[in-house]
Amino acid sequence: MRILYYPGCSLKTQAAGFDRSARAAMAALGVELVELERWNCCGTISSLTTDDLMRQLAPIRNLIRVQEAGEERLTTACAMCYNTLKRAGLRVQEHPEELAKINAFLDEEPDYRGGVRVLHLLELLRDELGFEAVAKRVARPLLGLKVAPYYGCLLLRPRGVGLDDPENPSILEELVRALGAEPVDSPLKTQCCGSYHTATHKEVVAKRAHKILSDAAIRGAEIVISSCPLCSFNLDNRQRLVQETYDGFAPLPVLYFTELMALAFGLEEASSSLEQHYIDPRPLLLEHQLLRT
Amino acid sequence: MAEPETVRIYIMGKEYRVPAGLTIMKAMEYAGYKFIRGAGCRAGFCGACGTVYRKEDEYKLRFTVACQKLVEDGMFLVQLPFAPAPRASYSLEELRPDENVLLRFYPEIARCVACNTCTKACPQEIQVMDYIQAALRGEIKRVAELSFDCIQCGLCSMRCPVDIKHYHVAQLARRLYGRYLAPKAEHLAQRVAEIEAGKFDEELDRLTRMEKKELSKLYEAREIEEGVGV
Repeated sequence: MRILYYPGCSLKTQAAGFDRSARAAMAALGVELVELERWNCCGTISSLTTDDLMRQLAPIRNLIRVQEAGEERLTTACAMCYNTLKRAGLRVQEHPEELAKINAFLDEEPDYRGGVRVLHLLELLRDELGFEAVAKRVARPLLGLKVAPYYGCLLLRPRGVGLDDPENPSILEELVRALGAEPVDSPLKTQCCGSYHTATHKEVVAKRAHKILSDAAIRGAEIVISSCPLCSFNLDNRQRLVQETYDGFAPLPVLYFTELMALAFGLEEASSSLEQHYIDPRPLLLEHQLLRT
Repeated sequence: MAEPETVRIYIMGKEYRVPAGLTIMKAMEYAGYKFIRGAGCRAGFCGACGTVYRKEDEYKLRFTVACQKLVEDGMFLVQLPFAPAPRASYSLEELRPDENVLLRFYPEIARCVACNTCTKACPQEIQVMDYIQAALRGEIKRVAELSFDCIQCGLCSMRCPVDIKHYHVAQLARRLYGRYLAPKAEHLAQRVAEIEAGKFDEELDRLTRMEKKELSKLYEAREIEEGVGV
């Protein structure tokens, strides 16, 4: 299967390992991720003003690029890009008058006709390939590894944009099981990580991260997985501040779900990005004999 | 003798009749304006004469360089002598071409909403927004390639709704590309070594001592590659 792929800015920079492992893991499942041509930033920050059509230009322009490529579907690994792109697409579908305004402004582009489907890689795994196929591809089952899935906001909210039950999602748990590991359920898995507060109010994010990670650890998690570069930054890199602020906090590695896949599939790409994480997951993975030394 | 064909133009709101076929710059000079700033090479390369205009009954503002565009009937003109866009201060030798360097000096690029107004303003038809997007994800080489034809007129930056200094970002990218990323020309290094070793000193001495007449003769008789020059 070939499908258009939108990497997003983070996966080209600080989350390069997310991109590498996503491409490798999907290739191992027979899916070629074809990078969208001339893509721009998804738009990321949603505006708090009522008149925010200007903020919809970036996502809609990306959907026009999909149309230009003669495709109807676009997949992405980043939860933020997924949410922004899908939300904008649905919004202009529901509000044709807004789409008319956007198309009039984007007079250098062909009109966006609507109908491009934005899919998260997890949806592709669940709905098209099936987790059984994922399980079949596993070369080194992650036996004994206790993994806490972290969803955050962007995979789940708002309803209609999210890809699973917003109150009690299970898609990441299913993936974890398919890879041979043991999912650890935490009620905080759907809570916000603090998001962009990380730029101006680090302590807010440290508080969130401390709560989310401690709860996962109490329930036995050895590792957390995420699908969002911002959540990952907040849960992983902010552990420095968490450790400084909260006595007795034991660090917990945070990986992208695709890295876990690449690891279970026995792909080299899995180990190439592990060192980029703030909390080094390699000692734990070695302990479980999941890494070649 | 027939009267020369004229067109009606407006300079800062005042109507003038000027001969057709003049550039915007020449037409303004014809009308009595004298350019002390905002004019340079007069050949479309230096970017000093960025200008905006609007045609009668058109809702769109248009952009060009005044030394290149011919006047048209019903043009409303104003000259922009300078683009106030601060350039970051850096020492190229102390920089590294890493993925965040452009963002570090020009953090405004993260505010790009992909409106593409910069691209529409570019008289060089550069995909300005595309290179800002490439800058955002640290693709220095792509920024350098896409912005190669930039003449630094600054029209992009004057139109940007989020105050990005596009042409300065692009200049930094091209400098980084040239200094750190572009493959080095080996023949150039060899030639420099030859010059330093004095390989051409004797010939140069001979030329500098030559009479003008003799030198001209030599010049006339020089070998000219086919298809080059006039």
